Amino acid sequence: MSVVLELKGLTKRFGGLAAVNDVSFKVREGGISGLIGPNGAGKTTIFNLITGVYKVSGGAIEFRGLPVQDKEPYQIAGLGITRTFQNIRLFKELSVFDNVLTACHASAKYGLTEAVLRLPRFRREEKALHEKADSLLEIMGLRDRTDVTANNLPYGLQRRLEITRALALDPKLLLLDEPAAGMNPDETEQLMRLIAEVRSRFELSVLVIEHHMDLIMGVCEHIHVLSFGCTLADGTPDEVANDPQVVEAYLGAEEAKK
Amino acid sequence: MEYIQGIAILIGINLIAVLGLSILTGFTGLFSFGHGGFMAIGAYISAIVTARLHLPFALAIIAGAVSAGLVSIFIGRLTLKLKGDYFCIATMGFGEAVRVILNNIDYVGGARGWESLPQLTSIWVVLGLDIAAVIVAWNLINSRHGRNLVAVREEELAAQMAGIDVYRHKMIALVVSAAMAGIAGALMANYIQFIRPTMFNMAKSTDLTIMVIFGGLGSISGSIVGTFLLVSLPELFRNFAQWRLVIYGLAVIVIMVGRPKGVMGGFELTPSGIRKSMAARRARLALEAEARALEREDLA
Repeated sequence: MSVVLELKGLTKRFGGLAAVNDVSFKVREGGISGLIGPNGAGKTTIFNLITGVYKVSGGAIEFRGLPVQDKEPYQIAGLGITRTFQNIRLFKELSVFDNVLTACHASAKYGLTEAVLRLPRFRREEKALHEKADSLLEIMGLRDRTDVTANNLPYGLQRRLEITRALALDPKLLLLDEPAAGMNPDETEQLMRLIAEVRSRFELSVLVIEHHMDLIMGVCEHIHVLSFGCTLADGTPDEVANDPQVVEAYLGAEEAKK
Repeated sequence: MEYIQGIAILIGINLIAVLGLSILTGFTGLFSFGHGGFMAIGAYISAIVTARLHLPFALAIIAGAVSAGLVSIFIGRLTLKLKGDYFCIATMGFGEAVRVILNNIDYVGGARGWESLPQLTSIWVVLGLDIAAVIVAWNLINSRHGRNLVAVREEELAAQMAGIDVYRHKMIALVVSAAMAGIAGALMANYIQFIRPTMFNMAKSTDLTIMVIFGGLGSISGSIVGTFLLVSLPELFRNFAQWRLVIYGLAVIVIMVGRPKGVMGGFELTPSGIRKSMAARRARLALEAEARALEREDLA
């Protein structure tokens, strides 16, 4: 299987603290991979490094063979890596439709002058953008919510909208940061199906951070476990679940012995 | 009649600067207290072109816009990477710096001011440029570039993750707003025929920002309403002489308390704007009704 994203000895230090320390792993093309670990293990930091929000202290990040660790966040997004956030970050005052329409911007190429003068190219490409946003909302089951202000959406739908907005960029790799946080088992189940569906429909690879073990074990084909910024284990869900070190990290040494 | 026309011209001149600032503050979320400085640059450069070089007025307006725009690129490079309030403070410093520099240039009259400039600004020039400014602002805001500006205002980090070059879009907003302030300055200088640095002090910058906020952040029609009300109010109450600034202040406070998002909020007074806000209201009510129905089901 080919590799879409590879981390090579990735390190991030904040002052004297190594939040991520020499972490290496691969995300398989077209797969759903999981990134797990106790609180403070450095999972979100890794997402911030991949997307360019933080600059790496050492190591390399290769996206489809291309080093991206020195690029700006918007360039990385342009290459095809998008993400969602642990604490949802929507364009709150905008309607559901405008949230998605805004994120479609890269599909149009008209310039400022063309926009200000409303030249034919502007009209043509704007129409295409509206159609794209429409069809995305349809696919993601948000069609009857297009006019709602994002802030007024129920929590579960806000998550769904955030994923829809990420898909508007036609990503090759989707990073989901605790998508099931605050969801009940029913909603988590729905979300699992949605992630699997999105992966096959949009032909992309997914890397997901999650604490809900049923979601991780149910949906991921490959899991990487972190603890205190270091790699603890790497393998299939079964391998990882039976790894004594992983059990210890999650339950504590005393509990694990029982 | 002359008097009414005078007020109309003042409103029109301010409107161009306010529309520009509306793009920067209302839509991109960057507060500036230095746009008086860009107006000053437009005013003085255009005065040099008309009074000293005796070139056509159109050229003077363009020169005013371009020089204000160029200076804003320089200022933007220094300040746009600053977070929130720091940008605001930097613009304040810029506005004051322009004023102090002009105080010390004798070629343009220094602190005493520069009088007997030619009167070239007519109501028709102002009207024409106002229409153009509204169209430019409206078309910009309703394009992918404009939506990106709003995304930067709403949630900067998410905007970056959506592939939006935040720095570049802040720069676009700053340059457009500065150029429009430059045009307003050029019209001002060649209308009242007398300019001096204190006309473009921080109070002027604050006035412009207040008009944007008063009208409603994120609304072009709000900026138009705000400019109309706040430029004409002091004139309407001119008979009350010493009381007019009190009334002006009270009006601003009443709006801030009663409608904290400004007269118009983010609402646009256009057919599409009305349709949009009605659809949003309907959708919200539908959601609430649904939630209530679910609750009843749970109870039953």
